[in-house]
Amino acid sequence: MNFQGILEFIHIALTALWLNKLRSALTALGIIIGVAAVIVMAAIGNGATLQMQKQISMLGTNVINVMAGSMRIGGRQLGFGGAVPLSEKDLRMLREGVPGIAAMSGQLNGSVTAVYGAANWSTQVNGVHADYFDVRPWALQAGRYFSADEVARGAKVAILGSSVQAQLFEGAASPVGDIVRVNNIPFEIIGTLSTRGQSGGNDPDDVIIVPLSTARSRLVGRGFATVPDTVGQLSIRVADGYDMTEIQGSITTLLRKQRRIKAGEEDNFSVRNFAQLVQARNEQQKTLSYLLATTAAMSLVVGGIGIMNIMLVSVTERTREIGLRMAVGARGIDVMAQFLTEAILLCLAGGVLGLLLGIAITIAISRVAGWSVSIGVGTVAMAILASATVGIIFGFVPARRAARLNPIDALRYE
Amino acid sequence: MSAPPLICALHLVKTYVLGEQQVQALREVSFEVLPGEFLAIMGPSGSGKSTLMNLLGALDTPTSGALAIDGAEISSMSSDQLAELRNRTIGFVFQQFNLLRRTSALDNVKLPLLYSRRRSPDANAAAKASLELVGLGSRMDHQPSQLSGGQQQRVAIARALVNSPRLILADEPTGALDTQTSGEIMALFAKLNAGGLTIILVTHEPDVAAHARRLLRMRDGRIVEDRAQ
Repeated sequence: MNFQGILEFIHIALTALWLNKLRSALTALGIIIGVAAVIVMAAIGNGATLQMQKQISMLGTNVINVMAGSMRIGGRQLGFGGAVPLSEKDLRMLREGVPGIAAMSGQLNGSVTAVYGAANWSTQVNGVHADYFDVRPWALQAGRYFSADEVARGAKVAILGSSVQAQLFEGAASPVGDIVRVNNIPFEIIGTLSTRGQSGGNDPDDVIIVPLSTARSRLVGRGFATVPDTVGQLSIRVADGYDMTEIQGSITTLLRKQRRIKAGEEDNFSVRNFAQLVQARNEQQKTLSYLLATTAAMSLVVGGIGIMNIMLVSVTERTREIGLRMAVGARGIDVMAQFLTEAILLCLAGGVLGLLLGIAITIAISRVAGWSVSIGVGTVAMAILASATVGIIFGFVPARRAARLNPIDALRYE
Repeated sequence: MSAPPLICALHLVKTYVLGEQQVQALREVSFEVLPGEFLAIMGPSGSGKSTLMNLLGALDTPTSGALAIDGAEISSMSSDQLAELRNRTIGFVFQQFNLLRRTSALDNVKLPLLYSRRRSPDANAAAKASLELVGLGSRMDHQPSQLSGGQQQRVAIARALVNSPRLILADEPTGALDTQTSGEIMALFAKLNAGGLTIILVTHEPDVAAHARRLLRMRDGRIVEDRAQ
């Protein structure tokens, strides 16, 4: 079979399909619906995966959070108010006792009012160690990060998130070097941060970052009188090559020992890996979308059975034509190729239309329901491949039946 | 005779099994056909003439005996080899024309070339030449439904000729045509035979058989008469 022969076969197949326009269209409808369903399900599944990746990349896949107080959800919240806060001592102990910690930082949050000239703005302050930007990479727009020395001596320096910068300086030139008053205390602005963008209702850029010691002594420390060197919550970045679960276990063991928690008693702190939580939640979502995709694939199979049914009818109707083709020299494989070509073309046409329909539905869903969706090249290729495969699989039996006809009987068929 | 026979049949037997019964459609048939002959096969229905045609057309293989077509023994051929033999050596003409509907005369004539292993450089030119030979040069774009019965049969003959076969097998070619048209078709066959083409036709109309130069009469699976006329 040469190239010209293949073109000839495609031409013959198109002619045959065109002669039965309505029947071809109805048969293809099964494939159209099946492919459209697969596309929509894949788009929703992909969208969920992409959103998860975005969330994880923001949280960091190798970051562990340690918080004081039990974080039981839906159960008892034992001693949350009286929980022993995490301290600088805990931080030193973990740094010495747990191998595999690449960087760690405390994080003390509070609400403050920032004033610059006539502008004032209620925002969040975030007191951190110098390592903070090593744990949670966040690029500077201008200026510099804290030095360890500034953190150690409680320097009154601040780094502004882009939303705070926009509120206080209203698009003026870089405020680095200016003084802003936070809760009436003057802070020198040493840097501004790049914009992270809105995520799930929170504005991560609406923040002022200051040295932890400064925040503790001057801005938010008062609530934690029992421990004067509180560090709020801990963010820990695990070095490459270490197992996250193992490190979480070491941290838990060490803290329980330090706090003299007896076996069987609940932790009065929590060690979490947020990326894992997000992953677990999205894993469920993914399972659901696989389930839906399987259902969609089944409708594709039903469409394929429709193709097979109609092709069998077509073979019977065209028995004489098949006999004639054999009489003038068509081999079994030529007849088979002809009917397979018809089935594949029918499925491919259905596949392309189903793809367009699927894309339209996907766009409609993302507009109406606001779900994040994504149609990749892989999805498109899969739709085309799947419909061609359906054509081959379900066209095979009718094509083989045609190829096995006895030319004498076929020629005499009425 | 110097030329080797185009068809050489020796003790051809064809037996069908119909349920419990064995039907002997051909019983020890032997004959030869030389290149350039114009042969008519006659006989009542059930005489075995259709079975013989199927064998001569390489559509079927004999139960026993030997049949060589253009020097090739068909008993041992695979179905693909038989298909190639039909394509290259034999042109078929049927009672019901068997043209593809809603397909132009030209495309109908080109059909055998689609399956030809030795592809002619220009299928269109070959099909046009063939249609001109049967006198339909001006109706190449017509579909079968736009042609009369006689014209349709001419298209079928053009299709049989397009691959330059050595043998034309016509099964009741005038069975669906009126007398006048039948005469025209037979005249066309006679013209083709005069050009050197071997023609074998099956008929039960003596008028039609009269155009042939040799007559083979069959009864009960045997040749009962074989004479020149």
